[in-house]
Amino acid sequence: MTREYVDYIERTRAQYAHLGYPPYTWVHNDDVPPFTPLAKALQNCRVALIASGGIYRVGQIAFHFKDDFSYREIATNTRREALRATHFAYDLTDARTDPNVVFPLDTLQDLARLSRIGELAANAYTFMGGIYSARKVRDILAPAIADALTKDEVDVAILVPV
Amino acid sequence: MNPPRAVYLDFPLGHTAGKQDDKALQRKIMIDTLSALDSIQVPGTIRELPYRWASDDAWKDRVMRPDPASSGKQTDERVARVETPQYQSEDDRVAALATLADGGCKTCVFLEDRKP
Repeated sequence: MTREYVDYIERTRAQYAHLGYPPYTWVHNDDVPPFTPLAKALQNCRVALIASGGIYRVGQIAFHFKDDFSYREIATNTRREALRATHFAYDLTDARTDPNVVFPLDTLQDLARLSRIGELAANAYTFMGGIYSARKVRDILAPAIADALTKDEVDVAILVPV
Repeated sequence: MNPPRAVYLDFPLGHTAGKQDDKALQRKIMIDTLSALDSIQVPGTIRELPYRWASDDAWKDRVMRPDPASSGKQTDERVARVETPQYQSEDDRVAALATLADGGCKTCVFLEDRKP
């Protein structure tokens, strides 16, 4: 199967150059990522959901658009009618109609009911992924979410980027 | 990013986990994603999922490219990068203010920057 992918990085370079900005320094990770083999069957795993599509719940403070590296804790029994989406870099139309396109909460709850996974952790964690500072993500946001996952005693984490 | 295991879905931005209101497709995508947890053995592997957004790839031509019908010169149409919360609706702003008045948002986690 060969097909052409959207060259987002090249198109972003072209757009920013056209607007008179210097080129963005993209993160490039050459290391072999840390790898832990799955120790038990998925049917026995507690699964965490982490998503960067700018999802928040009614009653929470929404994300802002200037290097916002805060996160939201969303109870995984939250109904989809209470979920909202805010982000500067993608068309929110479908996410606002059906948050599962960027925050597959119902999808995972259904799979837990069908015993394809053990359970969904009590909380999901969300943020607004348009963060220009890779340092803030690497050194502050990612470790904070990792700590939360450790406290939640999850077995695996599903990261859903936008 | 450099995750231990990844699956790639060649859909437009904002559809990482499937198409709107297509529960069957969303479920297939997630089952494939979960199965990567035990079937991918080589760190850093990215497995492409077989689902297509449309019968052709015409949508890709329009990503981040100006509308060919517009006047030609590309202007800055990006959303302003503001530091105030960007609510989906005015009702959400009112609900958040009520939370704040009632002791604050305990599930909103604002992290402190620690400059190196």
